[in-house]
Amino acid sequence: MNNPTYRKASLVLEDGSIFEGKSFGFEASVAGEIVFNTAMTGYPESLTDPSYRGQIIVLTYPSIGNYGVPANTKQHELSEFFESDQIHAKGLIISDYSESYNHWNAAKSLGDWLKEEKIPALFGIDTRMLTKHIRNHGCMLAKIIFDEDLSFDDPGLRNLVSEVSTSEKIVYGQGKMKIMLVDCGVKNNIIRYLLQYDTTVIRVAWDYRFQDEEFDGLFISNGPGDPVQCRQTIDNLKEALKKEYPIFGICLGHQLLAIASGATTYKLKFGHRSHNQPVIQVGTPHAYLTSQNHGYAVDNASIPPEWNAYFTNLNDNSNEGLQHKDKPWFTTQFHPEASSGPTDTSFLFGEFIGAIERYKGKKVLWE
Amino acid sequence: MEKINKVLVLGSGALKIGEAGEFDYSGSQALKALKEEGITTVLINPNIATVQTSEEIADIIYYLPVTAFFVEKIIEKEKPEGILLAFGGQTALNCGIELFQTGILNKYNLKVLGTPVEAIIETEDREKFANLLHGIQIKTPKSIAVTTIEDALKASETIGFPMIVRAAFTLGGQGSGFCNSMQELRQLSEKAFSYSSQVLVEESLKGWKEVEYEVVRDQYDNCLTVCNMENFDPLGIHTGESIVVAPSQTLTNSEYHKLRKISIEIVKRVGIIGECNVQYALDPHSEDYRVIEVNARLSRSSALASKATGYPLAFVAAKLGLGYGLHELKNSVTKTTPAFFEPALDYLVVKIPRWDLNKFHGVSKEIGSSMKSVGEVMAIGRSFEECIQKGLRMIGSGMHGFAANKELVVDDIESSLSNPTDTRIFVIGQAFKEGWTVEQVYEKTRIDRWFLAKLMHIHQLEMELTQFEGTNSLPPDLLKEAKKSGFSDFQLVRLLFKSETMGRNDNDIMKIREFRKKLGVVPYVKQIDTLAAEYPAATNYLYLTYHGAEHDIVFENDNRSVIVLGSGAYRIGSSVEFDWSGVNALQTIEKSGYRSVMINYNPETVSTDYDVCNRLYFDELSLERVMDIAELENPFGVIVSTGGQIPNNLAMRLYNQNIKLLGTSALSIDRAENRYKFSEMLDKIGVDQPKWKELTDMQGIFEFTEEVGYPVLIRPSYVLSGAAMNIVSNKSELQYFLDLATLVSKQYPVVVSKFMTDTKEIEMDAVADKGNIILYAISEHIEFAGVHSGDATIMFPPQKVYVETIRRIKKISRQIAEELQISGPFNIQFLAKDNDIKVIECNLRASRSLPFVSKVLKTNFIDYATRIMLGQKVEKPNKSLFDIDYIGVKAPQFSFSRLSKADPVLGVDMASTGEVGCLGDDYYEAILKAMLSVGYRIPKKNILISSGPMRSKTELIISANYLATNGYQLYATKGTHLFFQENNIPSILVNWPDVKESPNAYDLIRQRQIDLVINIPKDLSEEELDNDYTIRRAAVDFNVPLITNARLASAFIYAISKYTMDDLKIKSWGEY
Repeated sequence: MNNPTYRKASLVLEDGSIFEGKSFGFEASVAGEIVFNTAMTGYPESLTDPSYRGQIIVLTYPSIGNYGVPANTKQHELSEFFESDQIHAKGLIISDYSESYNHWNAAKSLGDWLKEEKIPALFGIDTRMLTKHIRNHGCMLAKIIFDEDLSFDDPGLRNLVSEVSTSEKIVYGQGKMKIMLVDCGVKNNIIRYLLQYDTTVIRVAWDYRFQDEEFDGLFISNGPGDPVQCRQTIDNLKEALKKEYPIFGICLGHQLLAIASGATTYKLKFGHRSHNQPVIQVGTPHAYLTSQNHGYAVDNASIPPEWNAYFTNLNDNSNEGLQHKDKPWFTTQFHPEASSGPTDTSFLFGEFIGAIERYKGKKVLWE
Repeated sequence: MEKINKVLVLGSGALKIGEAGEFDYSGSQALKALKEEGITTVLINPNIATVQTSEEIADIIYYLPVTAFFVEKIIEKEKPEGILLAFGGQTALNCGIELFQTGILNKYNLKVLGTPVEAIIETEDREKFANLLHGIQIKTPKSIAVTTIEDALKASETIGFPMIVRAAFTLGGQGSGFCNSMQELRQLSEKAFSYSSQVLVEESLKGWKEVEYEVVRDQYDNCLTVCNMENFDPLGIHTGESIVVAPSQTLTNSEYHKLRKISIEIVKRVGIIGECNVQYALDPHSEDYRVIEVNARLSRSSALASKATGYPLAFVAAKLGLGYGLHELKNSVTKTTPAFFEPALDYLVVKIPRWDLNKFHGVSKEIGSSMKSVGEVMAIGRSFEECIQKGLRMIGSGMHGFAANKELVVDDIESSLSNPTDTRIFVIGQAFKEGWTVEQVYEKTRIDRWFLAKLMHIHQLEMELTQFEGTNSLPPDLLKEAKKSGFSDFQLVRLLFKSETMGRNDNDIMKIREFRKKLGVVPYVKQIDTLAAEYPAATNYLYLTYHGAEHDIVFENDNRSVIVLGSGAYRIGSSVEFDWSGVNALQTIEKSGYRSVMINYNPETVSTDYDVCNRLYFDELSLERVMDIAELENPFGVIVSTGGQIPNNLAMRLYNQNIKLLGTSALSIDRAENRYKFSEMLDKIGVDQPKWKELTDMQGIFEFTEEVGYPVLIRPSYVLSGAAMNIVSNKSELQYFLDLATLVSKQYPVVVSKFMTDTKEIEMDAVADKGNIILYAISEHIEFAGVHSGDATIMFPPQKVYVETIRRIKKISRQIAEELQISGPFNIQFLAKDNDIKVIECNLRASRSLPFVSKVLKTNFIDYATRIMLGQKVEKPNKSLFDIDYIGVKAPQFSFSRLSKADPVLGVDMASTGEVGCLGDDYYEAILKAMLSVGYRIPKKNILISSGPMRSKTELIISANYLATNGYQLYATKGTHLFFQENNIPSILVNWPDVKESPNAYDLIRQRQIDLVINIPKDLSEEELDNDYTIRRAAVDFNVPLITNARLASAFIYAISKYTMDDLKIKSWGEY
């Protein structure tokens, strides 16, 4: 087993910086927005997370590929080990690539998978230097260049959600509680969590007019890009906010519900993308570690009077969730479904289900 | 939060296998955390060489044993309000449990800060704990707790072989092991029951991955895991014996977080406040797991986790004990973000144990479920290859990394792979060389293929490099990849220039260095910032890597950096004392207005805490790396005299590369280190030394020995097995020893020196300024020469030395200091018989005894030495050793109980793993306190004596008489019994172990009828009668105190005849 030779390629940033690396993925030039993630595990989950749509991910953990990539086996029609059925990231930048891998569930190497999915990836780059650069100058456009150059491409200008959302209505499970799930780029693990309860999950497209249908709880998923691109979703939510049923939004879902309620969002300098974001439940001494992946945040100052901040980020005090003062509506900026990342806040799914149960109980009374 | 004003902290006592320097680190951190709150701290720890037992760390310090007896007396006297039990290892924890169970904590209304004792007790009883975990659906290995051997045998029916047998309530795996048959099970159980009344028989999970998590919880139920760690070796090898990597490398996100979640569930259920370690076995073929151990206290792993992540676990745990929430504390690296976070690493670390098994007679080299290593190193890098190669150099066992080592002779690779020893990783290297594949090595070792593939990668690079001749045609990309994979310049010299002798000369290394620098292949300095660069952090915690393109820090080039070289891995002969010296040098450097810079790689130390210096390079102490750093720092100078032998050995090499050293010139260091140059110098100034000669053939050895007369001390330079040094008393012993253990040739000469019997050994520790002695301390060994100074019991000030002897020693020391123009610390060892003084050794560096004499004299020798080295004018202190009206005694701590089958006898090679130093109003009080501190107990009734040669028999007459008159029952083996009879000392005759008649010495020990064993070896040679060995080993295995030196035995007996436990004064250091 001789060391394979790797083709050289460069990473070019919007500000003109160039980093030389070696290719271990698909060999074609590509452009997107560059972001860094400080998680130490979970590259298959991150790469298939629809929220990374259009982005070139820099992983700060240096040794990547160690445990290979699992086969795309399915359970309840959902991919067992991935967060969606394809890689959404535009490219991958790491320090040290582990061509040899070993794990009981591995089916192929990371490099082979990236080649299959036509995703370019470079290693041999000082990812710490690159991360500091992004931290200091903010997220920026970038491109991976092999032979042919191409122009920068700002994914923020597109409606990325429309690219990752489901094209048809899919129903999972046959439980008593009917949950309408607005798919803005939903991660599989959210559906897996919801299906752990006595639920039927109805997954619909981001712009689907769900208002006219019968269900017991509304869920707004995570997804990529700038929330203001999802006009239709926001409009639909404005109508939903006139109803009584429980609503739970995660990440982009949180931002969309916030905008629908009258709050505003802004773009963070370099986003939160890691497994170690500390949040505190406002008004309590209870702190949790969370998995995050977002570039936009809800402006604390814009939170409407009928809502409370539910969680706050302990590092930078940015908003991490909202809770309605009267209605069973709450949201989180972080990912309680983890995958990848810590599972400390998975109890929030239980709270959503509890709210649905109470709502259904009341509904019976009303009827 | 309730205000607490005074807190008692229990230390861990002397360093021993399984409980070492990591607790100096954790205790020091805890004390700093309390001090910051304005709390008065009272520390009990007889380990006088530690940093924590320094005045700037703790307010009130007791150099007394960490036992319930003494702790209660201190509580009564000091009236603290709170107590910390979790920072002094198992010693402190066990003591705390005893204080709780005997109602002492309650009696004095003493609040345990941190995890409640009830919770600790729950985690310590394996059966109760397993039930508790089962109650929350957490899996543990199938296990049956038994209290009799019969039940242990019966349990095998339920569990099935192979099984593991463990004694409950013991330090790191004592009395534990694997067994494959009923017979082995019976043997193991017997041993386990000698340690504990409860023994566990468990399913074996051999081959499973071993993973651990360090978890923190506060009183608000907030939890986090600071990091996880994965053992390179699969389960079956104690985590202290295993190569460990952090974070885990072969776990998927799902596995990582599944185990993380379980860890948090456990600490919540137990109710930990502070820190807890959870160890798992993880099935390599599924996500199945078992919880195999929980430590509800700071541990070796938590120290490693702190160093691996930069998260100050012990500091935070102490604050949580006071009632803080994690979200209320700051991350001490970023200083802006909270302590409630989990470090994100953008590097990896590899820990490698350091063994010293060569130092012991009879011990097995195999490693397994109990701990034998004496120290460890941590290597930081940005690839596994880079880390493992750095680490293998750091352990200092003569290896240059994974590759380019001298040929390892392995008789049977297959069996060496299946039965791991201290050289297992090098056996893997040899296997690759002989054509083994990753898969084949995996089959024999069950080490995860990922790790093996990484090692294979290094091996392949080695093969590729050897295809080139010199640097001319070497492709730059290959050079870069080699450096990224941890190859040192030395390894490259070896591989590129082929010749065995290449690399002996630093010029060859410099050629490679210049070559790669021209190509721009240089290492970069990176910060450990806990957040993988997500937030800016002004951290001074640094390492170097070839996986980089920019430095994280800006170098001032202001000539104000002073670099202190640390002491590397703890090993026999070099441990916490050099950490103390290094830390004190750093303090003086900073106080003097310089930038203090430390280079060291030992995760068990205080000197590798980033808050003790202005800049910490957690990296190699090699010529290459020190030069890398010196070139970047452009320092005012480098201090090589406070870190023991490693920096000392670098002095001349650094000097030759024009690195500016502070203090005594490297040329002088060389004159003291080089045997010939040193002799020549002593002759020149008219100082005597024992006759010696370096010889290259047997004939010459015999001739020289005849000339000087027996006994002689033999020091071979190449050793096949057994100890490196020995004393021989006659020709047949000499022949035997040389045949057995050594090669004699021009390449491997043997040094023979005259050995002097019945001779005192005296040490001079001093600090000089340009050859003029500024301060000194003379101390005296209790044992006669022949016991290594590190194993000797030492008193200071000297009590039984002629004034004339002292006068001469001072004179000789002045002459040597003057001749070598010493500026800084030094130590000279003398032999004194009547008033005849000989010099045996001189080290121009801080010695092992320096913290001891500094603390007894209350004069910090390192502070003086450092100021001198910085070029400051220093006044001689007023105080001298004649001014103090109390005595200090330093006693060695042995770890023979950990080293199965090792002969617990003392000789010219050092065997102790640690030491204590205690103070007393007189010699006997001090020695009794010191010996109690290293585990001796005042015997209740029965003492077994084998008094050895006539010299020691005579030595023991008076003391044996004391014992008899004080109501002790003496048991004696034949010769001793007869001798006692002649001298009218009553004793019961006991048969030697090989005589199958009772009373039999072995049986008496095993049945725990003996409270103290005094067994003096017949002579100091290799050939020791099996019977004596059996008695000594039985004493160790059945935990009966053992003394093997007649002079020490006498001293101890005098002391117990004079004092009872209650007579011993409870006086803090400050009260002397």
